[in-house]
Amino acid sequence: MATTAPTEATDPADFYVVDPDAHGHAHDSPTLLGFWIYLMSDALIFATLFATFGVLSSSYAGGPTPREIIDLPLVAINTAILLISSITYGFAMLAMGRGKLRATQAWLLVTGLLGAAFVSLEIYEFSHMIAEGATPQRSGYLSALFTLVGTHGLHVTFGIIWIVVMLVQLNQRGLHIENQRRLLCLSMFWHFLDVVWIGVFTFVYLLGYIQ
Amino acid sequence: MSATPVSPDGAHADGEPHGHGDTHNHGSMRTYLIGFALSVVLTAIPFWLVMTDALGDPTATAAAVVIMAVVQVLVHTMCFLHVNTQSEGGWTLLAYLFTGIILLITIAGSLWIMHHLNSNMMPGLMSGQPSSLP
Repeated sequence: MATTAPTEATDPADFYVVDPDAHGHAHDSPTLLGFWIYLMSDALIFATLFATFGVLSSSYAGGPTPREIIDLPLVAINTAILLISSITYGFAMLAMGRGKLRATQAWLLVTGLLGAAFVSLEIYEFSHMIAEGATPQRSGYLSALFTLVGTHGLHVTFGIIWIVVMLVQLNQRGLHIENQRRLLCLSMFWHFLDVVWIGVFTFVYLLGYIQ
Repeated sequence: MSATPVSPDGAHADGEPHGHGDTHNHGSMRTYLIGFALSVVLTAIPFWLVMTDALGDPTATAAAVVIMAVVQVLVHTMCFLHVNTQSEGGWTLLAYLFTGIILLITIAGSLWIMHHLNSNMMPGLMSGQPSSLP
């Protein structure tokens, strides 16, 4: 490693036009506020899906009721996985703040694997429900449930893809200012998904179960 | 061996003690651990309440579950997303509050309207028209 380092172009200025006013702080970038606005508009997508679910939450059409299809221990495990992945991403950000590349990559990898476990369990849950006849087309309740939970799962899937891309970028370019900015955006995205999941497990699963 | 070790150039962006970076946007170990501990408690209690039916009253359980969800969202916002009055000159907070209002109007408004619509469309309420029953 030490033999290659001096010859490798590691200066970010070799790859990017560095704004002289940037002072090397990723948090000064306007991208972060722009990405935050995107997340807020994404929250509105989820708001409409939550509203749809709320309206249709008792439209069983003679089909299965929440109590018959909800597997609460599985949901509890999934919730724990996503919550732990939130703090492991936080550890990645702390490692980034200290300029530790390897630790950042390691925590990102842990976060990605936890995210993959979450999506896998959700696919297992969905396939189990479909095998029992609780398909999205069975009732309005199930259509709304699959749409809401599926949209969240799709977001997590794209978050995992983003994590993989960032792992490759970090491996090739290190913790330069652009990658720091991207990781800060991904951080907001990942924590945002955990916030949405609070709404999902509360309104879809817990309140559905006691309905 | 394309992986380069942390170069001085790449690392110095936050390696220097410049004061605001570590506590401002990355958060600190303390805020992450506090947020995580609070979230664990605020997740475990609702699941426990619903799984054991400890309160014995569905309405009370639902109220407790929703209140703890709202508190947990606030904990995540402050400890993980680091939204406060200082970040981005307050614009993240303003956007967050605005989204919260729209979210509330969308969800509560939809439920309110559709509930009344459903009530009014109940066959039993359409007096004098028993033939409207399917």
